[in-house]
Amino acid sequence: MLNGTEDEEKWLAEGIAGIQHYAFFMHRALDSNNLREALKYSAQMLSELRTSKLPPHKYYELYMRAFDELKRLELFFKDESKHGVSVVDLYELVQHAGNILPRLYLLCTVGSIYIKSKEAPAKEVLKDLVEMCRGVQHPIRGLFLRSYLAQISRDKLPDIGSEYEGDADTVIDAVEFVLQNFNEMNKLWVRMQHQGPGGVKEKREKERSELQDLVGKNLHVLSQIEGVDLEMYKETVLPRVLEQVVNCKDDLAQYYLMDCIIQVFPDEYHLQTLETLLSACPQLQPTVDVKTVLSQLMDRLSNYAASSADVLPEFLQVEAFSKLSNAIGKVIEAQVDMPAVGAITLYVSLLTFTLRVHPDRLDYVDLVLGACVKKLSNIPELEDRRAMKQVVALLSAPLEKYNDIVTALTLSNYPRVMDHLDIGTNKVMAMVIIQSIMKNYSCISTADKVEVLFELIKGLIKDIDDADVDELDEEDFKEEQNSVARLIHTLYNDEPEEMLKIICIVRKHTMAGGPKRLPFTVSSLVFSALRLVRQLQGLEGDIVGEDVPVTPKKIFQLLTQMIDSLSAVPSPELALRLYLQCAEAANGCDLEHVAYEYFTQAFVLYEEEIADSKAQVTAIHLIIGTLQRMNVFGVENRDTLTHKATGYSARLLKKVDQCRAVYACSHLFWVDDQDGIKDGERVLLCLKRALRIANAAQQMANVARGSGGPVTLFVEILNKYLYFFEKGNGQITSSAIEGLIELINTETHCDSTSPDSISDAFLASTLRYIQFQKQKGSVAGEKFESIKL
Amino acid sequence: MLVPGKIQHIICTGNLCIKEVQDYLKTLCPDLHITRGEYDEETRYPETKTLTIGQFKLGLCHGHQVIPWGDLDSLAMLQRQLDVDILVTGHTHQFTAYKHEGGVVINPGSATGAYSSITYDVNPSFVLMDIDGLRVVVYVYELIDGEVKVDKIDFKKTTTTTHSAH
Repeated sequence: MLNGTEDEEKWLAEGIAGIQHYAFFMHRALDSNNLREALKYSAQMLSELRTSKLPPHKYYELYMRAFDELKRLELFFKDESKHGVSVVDLYELVQHAGNILPRLYLLCTVGSIYIKSKEAPAKEVLKDLVEMCRGVQHPIRGLFLRSYLAQISRDKLPDIGSEYEGDADTVIDAVEFVLQNFNEMNKLWVRMQHQGPGGVKEKREKERSELQDLVGKNLHVLSQIEGVDLEMYKETVLPRVLEQVVNCKDDLAQYYLMDCIIQVFPDEYHLQTLETLLSACPQLQPTVDVKTVLSQLMDRLSNYAASSADVLPEFLQVEAFSKLSNAIGKVIEAQVDMPAVGAITLYVSLLTFTLRVHPDRLDYVDLVLGACVKKLSNIPELEDRRAMKQVVALLSAPLEKYNDIVTALTLSNYPRVMDHLDIGTNKVMAMVIIQSIMKNYSCISTADKVEVLFELIKGLIKDIDDADVDELDEEDFKEEQNSVARLIHTLYNDEPEEMLKIICIVRKHTMAGGPKRLPFTVSSLVFSALRLVRQLQGLEGDIVGEDVPVTPKKIFQLLTQMIDSLSAVPSPELALRLYLQCAEAANGCDLEHVAYEYFTQAFVLYEEEIADSKAQVTAIHLIIGTLQRMNVFGVENRDTLTHKATGYSARLLKKVDQCRAVYACSHLFWVDDQDGIKDGERVLLCLKRALRIANAAQQMANVARGSGGPVTLFVEILNKYLYFFEKGNGQITSSAIEGLIELINTETHCDSTSPDSISDAFLASTLRYIQFQKQKGSVAGEKFESIKL
Repeated sequence: MLVPGKIQHIICTGNLCIKEVQDYLKTLCPDLHITRGEYDEETRYPETKTLTIGQFKLGLCHGHQVIPWGDLDSLAMLQRQLDVDILVTGHTHQFTAYKHEGGVVINPGSATGAYSSITYDVNPSFVLMDIDGLRVVVYVYELIDGEVKVDKIDFKKTTTTTHSAH
């Protein structure tokens, strides 16, 4: 191969040298106004172009050299005063050149002047030239020759408004000329595929593609002719061009030229000739990538539609949508072996087109999706990743266009397309949908839409296949499930009946999610339900639903079931928190029995499932905090629960934690609002118990470390004493407080205690607090006065 | 205002729940202080935290640990215990700012308007504090019926921060 290139380089160099050599003599002849010599040397120079050894890109270089020289020659020819021969005679004279190729180059050059001189109608000269060029049938040589003809004739076409227009010469003649040149050039170009030595097919195709623009230029010229209006394009230009395209039966040419037509002519022409253009497609060679051609066309038309609202009626008038979708249908049907990705890409282009041009026609959108479903159904299993990507693009397009999943949910074929996705892609699409909902604050507010939605995103909601259950990265899984949880929060309807239906549907779907997913989804759903309970609290009377009565009680039943399901995970800590939330909500609804049940459940979890000591501390505080707020319990129930709470508090692992939990329990016996319990005695009992524990902790520290433990617990308890003292608990006396302060001072200054700036500061600020209270004046001040510091 | 670079510290009482939210807050300001709420998946957040900003000592705690929940006197006790001028707590999802002789207790409310068993009708809210010398101005932003309402409260310290010396 290298040898070949080296040879080609050599030949090119020789050719260029040859041209330069003869050009030198030609210039001399021009300078001395010697026509005869000029013709002789120019012919010899042009003979260098007779070579068949060069590939197209090298022949081009040779050609350009010759071209430059011909420009000089033309100038000379033009000036009759220099050589004395009339252009008519000149035209005849050059035809005496020995070889046909130089002869024709010279003829074209003179022809250019001839037309300029207007001594003959442009049309006749052009006709003559375009036909004479038939004498060169070698593809490369012929293409460049005709390209030269096209170049020099470019500005001399009898277009309307041009100086070459006349009675005899009209635009149609210009068009005829260009069309004929185009036809001949295309024939030559196609012939290249079959001529020459066996050779490598790719090489030949590469060489052909290097020449494609020479052929395409003619179409460009046609598009630039002023006189070619829609009418002429429709009646003459397009049919003739398409005729050539179809009849040449060459896939390279067909693909290039179809694309060229689409790019070069205006979009409004395409709209008006849509049928003609599309009908050519099935007639093309089966190997032509017609889907790309169609996609290009649709993309152009989409952009055209987007450019201005004024053009949209035109689309309707020509029934663009049905023509395009029919054409696509035919192509897909005809090309049985078309890979899935090709067909789907076509549908994506059609959908983009539809969304741009007919956004309000949801039926069209649905049709496109439906056609895609049909295609997908014929494929046993879609495994091609690129095809999957295209399906995602297909499904994302309506979401982006309408900014609203709700619209997409009304498309009957939307879920059907999603059904054909593999699980991985379904999940990707599900995330796209959820993100769209988040971004647009879409409100999905009816049960049936929620049902459709959850069907769509089922890949996220449950395990569809056992196959890729374990493969998912943990971070990704979390992100997915958090998205679902977020989604649940957005589902809302302010009609309690409908809201309950929504909750039930979500519950139905999420329950199938299994232990991995429940911790994420149950919380969201529980709070949705609690919100509904609260809403019902505010309403008068019961709302009778169709099948499910919408009462707090009913919702609590659902809540219990939801939270119970967490035992499968297991998630006792989360379940405990959610039970307590429900207890408080039941309290607000005056449902004593329900609230009691929830506390029972919470205690069971605490006893049996929560073993970690830190978790226990938090859990018991949550229980105490919730219990403290309950006002629905009768004495017996309340006593049972507070007894349990204090019992567990005292049995926490670490003494420090025991102490704190127990004094927290003191608040269980004192609630500040008017009918709240205010049992001063039991408060004091708790505080004393806490004190005992603190003492024990202190002693243990002494024994264990030989030094005292944190005095801070005592200061905390002191603060609690002060709290209840201030609230008016008669059982708390000022002497008790004084005693406690003394105890703290003793412990602090005890030799074995290491200095603790934190408890010192705490004590100091506590004493400051007492001082401040003393100075308050009135009843409060008096009370505190009794404390002697 | 909530663009990166304008806020110098973020103080968060907890219940961000998932790491994503923490990451988001970090993009607003890298100096992020969080304490643990009962629904936080990150178990390593501390129960309480103290920090000094300018002349002020601040304390941070979610608040479910302080019983009765939302009770100012009990919160004042925590404030004394942490020895801070400003105590920031949450849990109730209700904005409050309370000044007593020991300092200020601020509850910024819920930034998301999340459900609370304690507060009915939660309005999303947050607080910006401008600390300047001995003065702190508290701006509270509340979303009420679709509109953002801003209020401001001034606090002044009477003495500079003393560090317990022994």
